[in-house]
Amino acid sequence: MCVHRAPRAMVRSWDPVGSCLVSTRTEHGSRHGRDVVCAVRGLTKTYPAVRARRGVPATPEVRANDQVGLQVRRGEIFGLLGPNGAGKSTLVRQLTGLMRPDDGTVEILGHDIVRHPERAARILAYLGQESTALDDLTVSLAAETTGRLRGLDVRQARDERDAVLEELGLTDLAPRPIRKLSGGQRRLACFAAALVGERPLLVLDEPTTGMDPVARRAVWAAVDRRRAERGTTVLLVTHNVIEAETVLDRVAVLDKGRVIACDTPAGLKEKVAGEVRVDLVWRERAPLDVPEVAALRSRAVESGRRWTLRLAPEEARAVVATVTGGAAFVALDDFTLATPSLEDVYLALGGNGQGLVKA
Amino acid sequence: MSVVPAEVLPGGALAVEERAEEAPAALGPRARLWPSLAAVYRAQLSRARVARIPLLFVATFQSIGIMILMRGVVDGGAAARAVVAGSSVLVVAFVALNLLAQYFGQLRASGGLDHYATLPVPPAAVVLGAAGAYASFTVPGTVVVAVFGCVLFGLPLAHLWVLVAVIPLAGAALAGLGAALGLLAPRPELATLLGQLGMSAALLLGVLPEDRMPGVVQFARDLLPSTYGVEAFARTFGGDPDWAVVLGDLAVCAGVGVASLAVATWAYRRAAVR
Ligand SMILES: Nc1ncnc2c1ncn2[C@@H]1O[C@H](COP(=O)(O)OP(=O)(O)OP(=O)(O)O)[C@@H](O)[C@H]1O
Ligand SMILES: [Mg+2]
Repeated sequence: MCVHRAPRAMVRSWDPVGSCLVSTRTEHGSRHGRDVVCAVRGLTKTYPAVRARRGVPATPEVRANDQVGLQVRRGEIFGLLGPNGAGKSTLVRQLTGLMRPDDGTVEILGHDIVRHPERAARILAYLGQESTALDDLTVSLAAETTGRLRGLDVRQARDERDAVLEELGLTDLAPRPIRKLSGGQRRLACFAAALVGERPLLVLDEPTTGMDPVARRAVWAAVDRRRAERGTTVLLVTHNVIEAETVLDRVAVLDKGRVIACDTPAGLKEKVAGEVRVDLVWRERAPLDVPEVAALRSRAVESGRRWTLRLAPEEARAVVATVTGGAAFVALDDFTLATPSLEDVYLALGGNGQGLVKA
Repeated sequence: MSVVPAEVLPGGALAVEERAEEAPAALGPRARLWPSLAAVYRAQLSRARVARIPLLFVATFQSIGIMILMRGVVDGGAAARAVVAGSSVLVVAFVALNLLAQYFGQLRASGGLDHYATLPVPPAAVVLGAAGAYASFTVPGTVVVAVFGCVLFGLPLAHLWVLVAVIPLAGAALAGLGAALGLLAPRPELATLLGQLGMSAALLLGVLPEDRMPGVVQFARDLLPSTYGVEAFARTFGGDPDWAVVLGDLAVCAGVGVASLAVATWAYRRAAVR
């Protein structure tokens, strides 16, 4: 047996999509007086238990948000990161006035949204996780109608519609019904509708789900342009760690309804600085007959043929030396050496990282 | 690990007093009732055109089929007028009550109401726009059924223009009812079921001649909003219609329409904020 394929060593590949953001980032904070666009304090929401019906099993009560506190500053792209069921959508639905919290306060640009939920519609634009209301309309009519319902007159709505569709590269799809588009195109069309009729705050629940890199770039460029030109603030839900690292100014990490950390992505990563992640992928199974490999096993998180290790840099070097030589190398398919990502932060904070996406 | 409030994190600190001094920011404009009603109407009409044309054929053929069946049972007179009028209004019931109940039931269950609820649009605009679109969508089918029925039973076509009043008024009453059922039903299947039941009621109580029904059923018939539209329409087939009574029936229809649309608007508000 011999090695045909040299293992590829990679140092963390960077998502190309986010890179377009760096240039136009500006500080809008103090210029316009109000620094905090959205302040959330002690927000708590429990979904009641549902008794079993025929064919439908009972569900216990779920505390979807537990004493959540956040401050989103002007001109910032603020992220909510967390796995499925962490309570992200529940949180934004309370910020947009769609759901009344059990406890706590939400203040957006000085307005108490818990007491006056109807004001949210006049301050922010919301892109929900599902948007079935627009499905049967054409892309063009969906954008125009949404603009009109945001208070624009016919001319303004059409002008803004054309500009936004052009900006997002949707002009060719304009006459097509949204239902007949691909998943990513549909999402982009709904995002376009959210942008017609300017708002100082955009609340986007997983806007880029299903989008290819071109569409994603269009989304982030559109967001960034609004931020640079008008100081638009963005509150973004995601469970994609790469997206979080590249586009967010600050991020709150949610787990089981609670904020377990809140800082800039770099600031969060400092918490686990000094650690390196080593991923080893074995061809068939780990060569446990190699004593160094056997010794590593207790520290590895195994998933199939992949071992993930979090090590100090000098330990990592030793591991790489071991697995790239001798008997272990023969059994090795691939390995990666990476600096810590938000996922590592998340795991270090005690979250269960299973639900996070790394693409 | 417990909650880390944003305030204590680096860079998150802000003086509370500084915030309290500032006046709330100006709100964006509200969408006014008529322009947003027109926008919803137009959007709903376009989606109805795409998705509902086959169903309009079903509604029309159903009514035509019923008239052909009834042709063997009734031969002219008051019964024939009731059958033609009832079958015509049945098309309105099929679309405005049944399909609208289904639409709102599904919209609510799938979270589609969130879209409207996060736009500054008056609830009445959403409900009236959708109801209006569904009601207008019934116009061709209703006219076809009415003309076919008149020819089949040898009734005069002279006063068919009264449909101009009957369709919108019966449409408003039935669409309001349909929207309310769809928005109030706890589950979408239940909304569909209620819509279907409403349409069956309109079929049985509207098409079958009144004098052959037992008392309870006649009472139910009086409660159904479409009944007054059917009666107003049926009266105009006579040689010399009593227009005062026709107008009275239409007024009841309008009253029920206003009431049922008001209920639907209330149901929308209730469904939109959970
Ligand atoms: N309508 C509801 N009734 C009962 N429980 C609910 C309801 N909606 C959500 N939940 C529960 O509340 C918790 C938080 O849900 P939420 O939708 O906020 O999660 P999320 O973070 O948005 O997840 P995802 O990434 O999958 O969108 C979950 O445990 C979920 O099962
Ligand atoms: Mg969600």
